[in-house]
Amino acid sequence: MGEPLLTVSDLRVSFRTEGGLVQAVDGVSFDLDRGEVLSIVGESGCGKSVMAMTLMGLTASRNASISGSIRLGETEIVGADDDSLRSIRGERMAMIFQNPMSSLNPVQRIGDQIVEQIRAHRDVSKSEAMERAVYLLNAVGVPDAKARARAYPHEFSGGMRQRAMIAMALSLDPEVLIADEPTTALDVTIQAQIIDLLMELNREMGLAVILITHDLGVVAEIANRVAVMYAGQLVEEASLDGLFYDPLHPYSWGLLGSVPRVDGERPKRLAQIKGQPPSLIDPPKGCRFRERCPHAFEACEGPVALEPRAGDPGHPDRCLLPVEAKRDLRKLDSGRIGLEEAGAGS
Amino acid sequence: MTRFIIKRLASMVLVLFAVSVITFLIFNVIPNGDPAVRMAGKQPTETQVQAIREEWGFDKPIYVQYATTMKLLFTGQMVSYFSQLNVVEEIWKGVPRTFALAIGAAILWMIFAIALGLWSAMRAGGISDNLLNVFALIGISMPVFWLGALMNQYLGFELSNVLGFELFPNGGYVEFSESPWQWFHHLILPWIALSVLFIGFYSRVLRANIIETMDEDYVRTARAKGLSDRRVLLHHVLRNSLIPVVTLWGLDFAVVIGGGAILTETVFNLQGVGQYAADAIGQLDQPPILAVTMFGAFFVVFFNTVIDIVYAALDPRIRLEAGDSA
Repeated sequence: MGEPLLTVSDLRVSFRTEGGLVQAVDGVSFDLDRGEVLSIVGESGCGKSVMAMTLMGLTASRNASISGSIRLGETEIVGADDDSLRSIRGERMAMIFQNPMSSLNPVQRIGDQIVEQIRAHRDVSKSEAMERAVYLLNAVGVPDAKARARAYPHEFSGGMRQRAMIAMALSLDPEVLIADEPTTALDVTIQAQIIDLLMELNREMGLAVILITHDLGVVAEIANRVAVMYAGQLVEEASLDGLFYDPLHPYSWGLLGSVPRVDGERPKRLAQIKGQPPSLIDPPKGCRFRERCPHAFEACEGPVALEPRAGDPGHPDRCLLPVEAKRDLRKLDSGRIGLEEAGAGS
Repeated sequence: MTRFIIKRLASMVLVLFAVSVITFLIFNVIPNGDPAVRMAGKQPTETQVQAIREEWGFDKPIYVQYATTMKLLFTGQMVSYFSQLNVVEEIWKGVPRTFALAIGAAILWMIFAIALGLWSAMRAGGISDNLLNVFALIGISMPVFWLGALMNQYLGFELSNVLGFELFPNGGYVEFSESPWQWFHHLILPWIALSVLFIGFYSRVLRANIIETMDEDYVRTARAKGLSDRRVLLHHVLRNSLIPVVTLWGLDFAVVIGGGAILTETVFNLQGVGQYAADAIGQLDQPPILAVTMFGAFFVVFFNTVIDIVYAALDPRIRLEAGDSA
């Protein structure tokens, strides 16, 4: 594979608030290769979106402090000045957001919004940029693109708006596309279309994608690799198969167990993870999942690093249970992965 | 669009009718409002009063009086009860003065409100924002007649004495055709006096709008596109923040241009429509009051319609429907 496209190491983002210091992202490291789809999953408030914004250099709040390193090729993003960040945003890294309804400027025509991005980076005429915008809209599946480029966002449906967002993100052939919950606000059928579109772009253009989501169904469909995030930290990183067939962290079992499945026996009720995620102000020492984990033991109160504990260097996790114990515990209840059942059995 | 305008024109007629009826009727219920008694001078005899009543038609039924008054107004023959001068002509004399005051002040207050609103919003919570907040509150709280009187006295009168020349003139109005520079020179203080309140108020409203808009998802998108801060601020934040302010501006402008800047006009002795109204009110002179009230009401309704059309142009989500209320 050679050099990774994007290298994040020991990224920390914290915010000073009236309640105290919120450690939203706490020592996250990962690589993204060319043409790869990396999915970052976790529940609301675990720091996924803050991390995505930080990757774009968009965490500019005065109370934020950022440390660690984000390298895109040769360029360091953490601590870069506004001008160099601006030349990366939209040009080398682009982003699409959760809510296409509100992510487009309501008083600007769709085509003009794409043109604006192209002309912010390239010295081209308006009509050339508009031609490109129409081409892109057509490419992402907006019918009658030439006419629709003159429409305003409110004249587009949610799915079409997300397509327009994608067209805009792709307008300068970025190396990395960061998709922050791109399908969450959409109908199920539209979700599938958007995911198909992202897959196609990944396959045909070799676009590397960081997909941030809490929807494991989406992950299973598109991701090559998955990182599970909990309370500001990565708790497990694995290939897609690695996570779905051999999840090593009890939090991952919980996530997987909470998804309804059509194969196999149906459980009476879906598994749920008891309790709430810890506050990111002053999080617990040691394993952050400890208080909700039925298998926690004394050592969990000490430091737990993200290490390849099962022997596979591509599959590190942050749980101190012996690997065999993990595989036994999660197997209970007719092969279903669930915390509730596992907890009752131990 | 055509249906919208027709509908609005119809409602304008209705509003003006209602305003005229109400203003007219008020004179029949306010104490000491009988014009015949007032016109007859001090200690009139009953016969004198009766003679005036008959001469002016005050003895006719009220609806006949109303009809006569309206006829006189719209044929341009209405005269003041006291000065006997033609009301419509007097208003026309005041119009250029009032327009000059209103248009200049409106431009001034929008420019400063936008500049100060942007400045505060970008430094929200900082020292300069807090200072501007205090200044805005002072500006909003100062009565315009007081501020105007101070400006006249100190900047117009005493400063001229100290300097030996007129940096600012001490009130009055000069026709534009007479001397454009003198015209401008005489309007500077009135423009400022009238704008101060609006600048204070508008800059605060705009500051709040801008801060709210900065949190919008599409502003985040704009930043993610790699646009310059300046472009994000002007094209995405300010553009959207100004839309609600336009409505406000339209209404305030309508009032000022319709003769509502009574205090400013009077303090600086501009002899505009507002000052004419103030004089008429002081004498309870019904015809000019009625005429100026309708003049003002016309501008309020007219600018309401204009603002709705402008609004639809600024915000493509708004469609003008014939069913919109006036």
